[in-house]
Amino acid sequence: MKVQVQDQDFDIAAEIKELCGERTDIGAIVTFTGLVCDFHGNDKVQKMTLEHFPGMAEKQLEKICHTATERWPLQGGTVIHRYGPLLPGDQIVLVVILSAHREAAFNAAEFIMDWLKTNAPFWKKEQTSKGTHWVEAKDADLIKTKGWKE
Amino acid sequence: MELLYFARIREDIGQSSETISLPDTISDVSGLIDHLREQGENYQAAFKNETIIRVAVNQTYVDFDHPLVDNDEIAFFPPMTGG
Repeated sequence: MKVQVQDQDFDIAAEIKELCGERTDIGAIVTFTGLVCDFHGNDKVQKMTLEHFPGMAEKQLEKICHTATERWPLQGGTVIHRYGPLLPGDQIVLVVILSAHREAAFNAAEFIMDWLKTNAPFWKKEQTSKGTHWVEAKDADLIKTKGWKE
Repeated sequence: MELLYFARIREDIGQSSETISLPDTISDVSGLIDHLREQGENYQAAFKNETIIRVAVNQTYVDFDHPLVDNDEIAFFPPMTGG
């Protein structure tokens, strides 16, 4: 699977095209895109900055992808996570999964996203009209991650 | 050893990295945190609540009882919020 941590934006269609190439054995493509949304509770988010641990971020994403390929019959995939300053509406993360069947593709994409949220070293800082704050980790995300343990 | 700080912990301490020599009396992550807390109010603030501190030694997540050697790279950061 292709893993990239980058500050630039990504093009979903181009990533799918690169991944599939001329292959005709692919039955299903599932994509997930995470975006910066403009609300946090009742506050309007003006800007978000994503900090990451270079080196370890890539390593963790590769580990998560490797676990997914061992767990489901996948035909390929791409995971891209951005860092740096972002604005509402900007793309943050992309997961593309190829499989012969949709169930494996849906499950693997959801698994990767759940794991990534709690295990990949990225931190979000939001700027609202009331000032800036670090986004707190959610217990619900941890519970979702734990739910994937066999 | 090389210490790395990220996100809120980096801001509390006021720097993203520093090199220290591991005192002989410190054998694990927990001991290092206690040692760092003695370095000033900024460190005390950074390491106040252990439930929201995560640690990686040489880019692998570890628990607070993980043993340390002098050439380790130790990273301290809050729980992750990517995705």
